[in-house]
Amino acid sequence: MSEFDQLYRELILDHYKSPRNYGLLDPADALAEGQNPLCGDEIAVSVRFGPEDVIEEIGFDGRGCAISQAATSMLSELVKGRTAQEVAVMPKDELLDELGIPLTPVRLKCAILGLGVLKLALHKARGTPLPEEWGTSSRDLVLE
Amino acid sequence: MAVTAATTLDAHRLRADFAVFDDLVNGKPVAFLDSAASTQKPRQVLDAMREFYEHSYANVHRGVYRLAERATAGYEGARRRVATFVNAPSERELVFTRSATEALNLVAYAWGLDNLGPGDVVVVTDLEHHSNFVPWQYIARRTGASFRAIPIDQHGELDLGELDAIEGTGAVKVLASNLVSNTLGTVNPVQRLATWAHERGAIMVVDAAQAAPHRPVDVQALDCDFLAISSHKMCGPSGVGALWGRRELLEEMGPFNLGGEMIRSVSLERTTWNELPYKFEAGTPAIAEAVGFGAAVEYVSNMGLDAIERHERELVEYTLALLGELPWVSTYGPPPERRAGIVSLNVEGVHPHDVAQVLDWEGVAVRAGHHCTQPLMTKLGVVATVRASFYLYSIPEEVDRLVAGLRKAKQSLG
Repeated sequence: MSEFDQLYRELILDHYKSPRNYGLLDPADALAEGQNPLCGDEIAVSVRFGPEDVIEEIGFDGRGCAISQAATSMLSELVKGRTAQEVAVMPKDELLDELGIPLTPVRLKCAILGLGVLKLALHKARGTPLPEEWGTSSRDLVLE
Repeated sequence: MAVTAATTLDAHRLRADFAVFDDLVNGKPVAFLDSAASTQKPRQVLDAMREFYEHSYANVHRGVYRLAERATAGYEGARRRVATFVNAPSERELVFTRSATEALNLVAYAWGLDNLGPGDVVVVTDLEHHSNFVPWQYIARRTGASFRAIPIDQHGELDLGELDAIEGTGAVKVLASNLVSNTLGTVNPVQRLATWAHERGAIMVVDAAQAAPHRPVDVQALDCDFLAISSHKMCGPSGVGALWGRRELLEEMGPFNLGGEMIRSVSLERTTWNELPYKFEAGTPAIAEAVGFGAAVEYVSNMGLDAIERHERELVEYTLALLGELPWVSTYGPPPERRAGIVSLNVEGVHPHDVAQVLDWEGVAVRAGHHCTQPLMTKLGVVATVRASFYLYSIPEEVDRLVAGLRKAKQSLG
């Protein structure tokens, strides 16, 4: 398999061209947006909770590269049925495994943008913890 | 080759000065089309730095021993070369900084904080790199001055008709503009802007980081008050840049960074500043980098700035002609005769980052993103663009590979 096929293997292209759970929920219980300033990817994620803060519905909106949009689409399928607490501590590797392709550091940021925005939305709505590696300043700069 | 006009610059030949062109990336020689971000370094620059480190290195302006004298001579010799390169009336007006960005911050802080206040207007342009936008936005906010941007027209050129409206909003004190846009390659009418600014008692600050490597730059002909340039964008090392400033302005300004070297005398009660340019060079500077900067200035001057400019214009003409045959490619910016060696483009239906990824596999290095010009991206109505940028070592074969790569990206993802 060439590098090209590897990175844009069928599944990712499918998610990119036909994103799942596309479109923001209105009303929503949790909402956040963020961008990857390196390549201009933008993602907004909205969530509706069921009992015990289980993510019942999720919808996202965004524009950007194939990796950022496909990864968020895949993420939206992964997290449905999980609680806010569970998703807040979900390791990024779980999503990266799902993508199943090698990523350079720059493209890694594209891949985990949606996950970061989702965690921010949950934090704002339910006070769940934010990833420690974000520190305190990057929240304002990258994720509003 | 479609480039038929004779050039006085032999790009194929001078590529031998750059070892990277012998390397293979992904099994292919690299087509380095990202010189607007940073340039490759010729042997001559690297040799000069190595030679300096091996035989002339010590701290500058301090030691009484021979080696320190040599180091100071090397550093000050570089200052002279850079000052001559921009036709500065005096080398004392040439301040070494860490970068063009630091040079612009120096002006914004050291001049802006003392000279701006409520009712004043700071004017930038829609074409600015963040380095000549954000410092002014920040200092305007801190001083209570208002902050305006000259808009662009459909060609990506400044709409000077808007100047009157901007003037109506207060007392214009600063006009800050780049000479060449790093995203579109637009060559801005800095001389006209300087005249307009001076008629209103304002200072003219020029970001020439993207111009000085590619065309002759003359601070006296531009009639500006400050001008910032960068070493790494013109075959020199990173970590050093320069600010030229009009002497009377530099003299009356307070310092920017404080510490060693920039002082004349220090006591508990009172500290006085060193003379120009040292007042603005606190701390041990990037000494060998400055020497490398001087060597880079010599290298590009020997090649000829007029020849470099002509060479890049031919590459832009060639590129735009090829891209014009691809209906699914959009390009941005003015026609070739009014732009520098930069082509920003988008492939319909494919994100710029994905385009750049496909190009990388073909060994073609381009930049994809907002190029540190987010306000401009907003004006253009795009999130990002793919940017191919040229320098003296760029060749038409690399443009061919770019176009082939774009076709591949379109076929696979568009």
